[in-house]
Amino acid sequence: MLKGVGFSLGEGDLVSVIGPSGCGKSTMLRCINGLELLDSGTISAAGSTVSRQPGSPAGPEISKNFHALRQRVGMVFQQFNLFPHRTLIENTMLAPMLVRGIPREDAEKTGRALLGKVGLSAMEDRYPANLSGGQQQRAAIARALAMQPKVMLYDEPTSALDPELVDEVLHVMKELDAEGMTQIVVTHEMRFAREASDYIIFMEGGHIVEISNGDEIFTNPKDERTRRFLRRFL
Amino acid sequence: MIRLLLAILACALATATAPASEKPVLRWAAATDSNAPYAFYGPGNKLTGFEYEIIQALAGEMGREPVFVPNDWDGLIPGLARGLYDVVICGIEITPEKSAEVLFSNPYYVTYEQMVVGKSSPPVTSLDQLSGKSIGTLGQTAALAMLKKTPGVEVKIYDEEVNAYADIVNGRLFGVLLDYPIAKYYAFANPNLRFTGPPFGQVTYGIALARQNHALAGEINAALARIAESGQMRDILSRWGLWTPMVADTFGQPEDPSLPDTEYRAFVASTTEQPTLWNRLLGYTRFWPLLLQASLVTIEVSLLAMVFAVALGFTLALMRVYGPLPARWIATVYIELVRGTPLLIQLLVIFYGLPNIGIKLEPFTAGVLGLALNYAAYEAENYRAGLLAIPKGQMEAARALGMTHRQGLLHVVMPQSFRLVIPPVTNDFISLLKDSSLVSMVTLIDLTGAYKQIATQTFDYFGAGLLVAAFYLLIGLPFVRLARFTEQRLLPANHRRPTRRH
Repeated sequence: MLKGVGFSLGEGDLVSVIGPSGCGKSTMLRCINGLELLDSGTISAAGSTVSRQPGSPAGPEISKNFHALRQRVGMVFQQFNLFPHRTLIENTMLAPMLVRGIPREDAEKTGRALLGKVGLSAMEDRYPANLSGGQQQRAAIARALAMQPKVMLYDEPTSALDPELVDEVLHVMKELDAEGMTQIVVTHEMRFAREASDYIIFMEGGHIVEISNGDEIFTNPKDERTRRFLRRFL
Repeated sequence: MIRLLLAILACALATATAPASEKPVLRWAAATDSNAPYAFYGPGNKLTGFEYEIIQALAGEMGREPVFVPNDWDGLIPGLARGLYDVVICGIEITPEKSAEVLFSNPYYVTYEQMVVGKSSPPVTSLDQLSGKSIGTLGQTAALAMLKKTPGVEVKIYDEEVNAYADIVNGRLFGVLLDYPIAKYYAFANPNLRFTGPPFGQVTYGIALARQNHALAGEINAALARIAESGQMRDILSRWGLWTPMVADTFGQPEDPSLPDTEYRAFVASTTEQPTLWNRLLGYTRFWPLLLQASLVTIEVSLLAMVFAVALGFTLALMRVYGPLPARWIATVYIELVRGTPLLIQLLVIFYGLPNIGIKLEPFTAGVLGLALNYAAYEAENYRAGLLAIPKGQMEAARALGMTHRQGLLHVVMPQSFRLVIPPVTNDFISLLKDSSLVSMVTLIDLTGAYKQIATQTFDYFGAGLLVAAFYLLIGLPFVRLARFTEQRLLPANHRRPTRRH
C-alpha cells in the first residue's frame, strides 16, 4: 500500500496531507499510531520510537512501544467513533481513568474544561446519538485531548459532515494550532489546508510526491501529478 | 459472583442429600407413574401397591429402613448400575438378557400375559390371529418380546398402560397384551374392554440388584422365604386380588386367598367413580404442596442453568470472536456439537452415561448442568452476534486512546454488545424454562414430574395437563414482560432520551 514514505515535522506544526482517494494518506496516518502495522521502518513521536526491520515479526516489543506512543498521540476519525453507550463527559473521562489511572473527579474536571473549549458545555450529559455530526466530531476531539496528547492525527475529520457543519470543526483545529499543538490532518478541505498548514504533503499511489512550505503547492506546484490533482482548486 | 452461585449450588446439593437414620437402609426404586398395582401413589398422595407392601415386609425382616427412590421406568436399571439405590422392584421380568445386566433375587411373583380387546371385538385364542393388527404394550416387557416374535403384528410401544388401554377405546389399537396384574387393574373394570384368550406365556418377577451385590441378594432371598412361609406374602397378594393358583404353586401355599381383595376393590372404586367438575377441582387442592414444591424446582433449575449458560456462553463467544485459532476452533466445535444434538440425549448421557467413566452427579446437578451446557451454545451465538454488531471503529477508537485490547473489550465493546443481546437472552430464558421440563427424565420432580404424578393418580390427563401448563405460564409471564420491556427500552440503544440536569 505505502511504498516508502518519510517526512518529519516540528513541534507545533500543522501538516495537511492531501491526495486522490486510495493514495495511501489514511493508511499512512494509521501507521503512525499503529492501527495499521508497518512492514518496516521507524516512527518517532512524542518521545516514543517504534522500529521494525524488513521481514522481522511484529513482536511484543513493537506492541508495547505502540501502546506507549498512542498514549501521547491522539486520533480523530472520519466517523467520530464516540462511545454511544456513554455521555459526552463520560466519553472524555474513560481513557484517562483507565489508562492513566486519573481519579474520577480530576478526569471529570478536565473533561468538562475540554468540552467547554470545543463549545459543548451544554451537552456534557447527552449521549452521542442526540448530537449533530459537527458536535460529535468536536466531542471526539475533546475526548482525544483528554489524554493530553503531544500530537493529534485527523483522518478526514470533516468528510462525513454536512457542509454547514464543517467550519465549526475546522475552527477548533485552528484554535489548537494557535495554542501550539502538533497536528497531522488528512483532508479534502483544500481551503483549510491552504489557510492553516505549515506544510502540505501531496501523496499519490503510495508515494509522497511533493512536500510544500505553506501554500506554495497551490500557487506553484512542482510536480506534474500535483498540478493535475490541484487543477480544479487553482 | 460465580463463587456465590457455586455456594448456592452446593447448598442445594447439601439439602438434596439429607442425612440417613442410624438403622441400615434398603434404598429401593420403582417407577410409580401409572404403576398400579405394583408401587404407586394412591389416594392422599401416599405410596402403596403390592410391591410396596412386599418391600416393606422384606425390609422389616431384614431389620433395614426402607427408603424409596423414584425413577422413570427406562432409568431403573441404569440407576442401579450408578448406585442411586440398592434394589429395583418394579415388575421386572427375570430373563437371560436382563440376568446379564443385573443380579436377580428369587421370584416374588409369577404371572402371565393377558390379552385385552374392545368389547365387541372377536375373541383371540392364539397370538397368530393378531397378524396385521395393531397391538399395544409397554417397553422392556415379556409381552413385547412375544409380540415381536409373532409375524405380521404391528407393535405399538407405550410409556403408560393407561394410554394403551385408552387407545383401544379410541380405535387406535385392536388390543393390548400386558402382564395380568396390569390388565386386571387398568382394563378389567372398564365396560368398553374385555379379556380374551388363554394365559399367554409365563412371567416371573424378581427384585433386581447390582451385579456384584451377592450379599444383599442372599439377605433378600432369606427374607423372601420367611415372608412366604409365614403367610405374609399370601395376605398381601390376597388383599390386592393377585393370589392366583400359579402364585400359590410357586410358594407352595394353599390356592384360595387368605383375605378378601379389599385393595383391588378400593382401587376400582376410586377409578370408576365419575366425579363432578367441582369435586374434581377440589381433588386437585391436595396437589398444591406438590405443585408448589415442583414449581420451586423448575424455577431453581432454570435460573441456575441460565446463569451458568450466560457465563459459559459469553466465554465461548469471546473465544470464538477474539481468541487464538485453537480457542476459536474449540468453541466452534463445542457450539456445533451441542446445537446439533438433542437436549434430552445430552441430559441422559450426563446422568446415566457419565457414571461409566466415574462421574456420578446428583439429579439436580445433572439437570442444571445439562441445561446450562446446552443453552451456553445458544447464548454463545447470541453474544457472538452482539460482539460482531459493534462497529470496528469502536475498538480502534479505544486503542487510539491508549487502551489495551482487553480494556477496549471490557469497557467499550462488551457493554454495547450486552445491551444488544438482552432481548434475545431474555427470550432464550423463557424457552429454557419450558425445556427444563426435560429434567423430569433424570428423576427430578419438577412441574412436569408433578404432572406425571398427578395424571397417573387422577387419570385426568386433560385437567392435570391444563393445571401444570398454567403453572408454567404463571412462572414464565414475568419474564415475557421483562423481554418486552427490554426490547422497547434497549434494542435501539440510540433512542435513549437524553438525561437532563434540571
